[in-house]
Amino acid sequence: MDPAARIGSRQAAGFNLIGVAAIVLLLGITVAVSVGEMSIPIGTSLQVMSNRLLGTGYEVGRIQDGIIWEYRLSRALFAAVLGAGLAVTGAVLQTLLRNPLAEPYVLGLSAGASSGAVAIAILGLGAGAISLSGGAFIGALLALAVVAALASASGGSAERVILAGIVVSQLFNAVTSYIVATAANAEQARGVMFWLLGNLSGVRWTDLALAAPVVLVACGMCLLHARALDAFAFGPDAAMALGIRIARVRAVLFGCTAAMVAVLVSITGTVGFIGLVVPHAARFLAGPGHARLLPATIMLGAILTVVADILSRILVPQQTLPIGVVTALFGAPAFAAILCRARRAS
Amino acid sequence: MTIAARNVGWSAGGRMVLDGVTLEAAPGQVLGLIGPNGSGKSSLLRLLAGLRRVASGVVTLDGRNIDRCPRGALARRVAMVEQQAATEAPVTVLDVVRLGRVPHRGLFSSWNAPDGALVDQVLCHVGLHALRHRLWHTLSGGERQRAQIARALAQHPQELLLDEPTNHLDVQHQLEILALIRRLPVTTVVALHDLNLAAMFCDNLVLLQNGRVRTAGAPADVLTRQRLLEVFGVSAHLGISPHHGRLHIQFLPPQPR
Repeated sequence: MDPAARIGSRQAAGFNLIGVAAIVLLLGITVAVSVGEMSIPIGTSLQVMSNRLLGTGYEVGRIQDGIIWEYRLSRALFAAVLGAGLAVTGAVLQTLLRNPLAEPYVLGLSAGASSGAVAIAILGLGAGAISLSGGAFIGALLALAVVAALASASGGSAERVILAGIVVSQLFNAVTSYIVATAANAEQARGVMFWLLGNLSGVRWTDLALAAPVVLVACGMCLLHARALDAFAFGPDAAMALGIRIARVRAVLFGCTAAMVAVLVSITGTVGFIGLVVPHAARFLAGPGHARLLPATIMLGAILTVVADILSRILVPQQTLPIGVVTALFGAPAFAAILCRARRAS
Repeated sequence: MTIAARNVGWSAGGRMVLDGVTLEAAPGQVLGLIGPNGSGKSSLLRLLAGLRRVASGVVTLDGRNIDRCPRGALARRVAMVEQQAATEAPVTVLDVVRLGRVPHRGLFSSWNAPDGALVDQVLCHVGLHALRHRLWHTLSGGERQRAQIARALAQHPQELLLDEPTNHLDVQHQLEILALIRRLPVTTVVALHDLNLAAMFCDNLVLLQNGRVRTAGAPADVLTRQRLLEVFGVSAHLGISPHHGRLHIQFLPPQPR
């Protein structure tokens, strides 16, 4: 096969893979809206979605319509958006920080969000004018600002950024623990704990309307910088020598991903492992080139988070686990498996 | 006109690394940078590549201040091979060499046949075509070095900057890579530790000592018995080789004190 045809067929294969992933994602969402305390036949779920989205006139019960439309569909779509955003952020940060352990919360965003959330929920800061999500968002940005200031004051190299993130995370986590330990009653502590572990219950269309555009734009920006990210493989100097304006690329990508994660963490709390594991799994499927890796990461992140949300609702009968517990329970062994495979491959 | 440094100074960590360095590479020439460890060769190459900003003086490309060249245009002109390239990413030799085409491709332009042909060609030049699908972390030091040189050649530069390109290479590949660089119609500035290789393959040499140019010129003029003793602290016997007709240095073991 001549090189052009080979490239063409590889691109076609890539598009096919994305197509398959999209179908799997839609299937996952369909299952996600059907399972739960009240299980609804998949056919009925499809009819409801078709009525609402395509304007068809199938006969379905009002309760079923309400459950699917008001609660489950927004939640399933949010899970997809959440997974896509966290996973692509992990992939981008792993490349920019040249560290395979980088993940969306490495810059202190989740620690800051937690402090912000408990300050609102337990200390009653803002006297009701700021919602829990609003407080978490402000906390996340505050932590990010401290990390950025600390990292740039210490030279701005990748290791310094990571160290700054660790230090600031520890500090904000201590603040969170301090507030919970000194000021919370048992009921509040349980509520905060639920949020800290990452939780999708209570996600509504308004949350999706807030998060989806941010995630869409941020993912788009990451995809536009796919080739620049490839050039970072041998470090920032090598990228610069390949004509990449590294300061600008870093500012854009850190900014986009941080905004995205701040919005997501403020709505759901910390959902671990998706941002760490999915990029590594996607690298096995799509290779290290970001033009293929990032779409694969986005789709895989969305699918796995929707599946994790389904599991969180069916693992324990009559009870919904925080999704962060499920992603960690399944993510940790998955990561271990990837590590062992990587060792055998090398 | 090509790449030149005029009265360039640079410091790092409060220490003056380069001080008043002036040099100019003639078009198509191989200019060798020699000098002891810490004499400023690598720093000078980074300044010439525009990877660091000069503290004083100016680096010019065709007479134009390199600081004013757009990053992308610079990368289409000047390629750099640094001493130690390292990556955690599971990239293959082919991925690495393809990076050389990054500056030449638009944001949305896809990989095309001429890009692929050039990459194949440079892989053959450095003798890595058979290894092109091997993963970076399975390569030997010399293979990595050759992959980076191939990447630099894939940039299709007019100026090539090489920092110790023969490090880690066995003697066959040392000679082959330098002979290849000599054959290429590009202007090359190369930092070398091996003075015999420098004498054999460079048109001119710049001898650095403590961040200053000690002397510059043809190898036979720069490398003298007296200078080797003063700058490198070694005794040597110098002569023109009857085999290749260029300067050859035989180093003598240090005298016991």
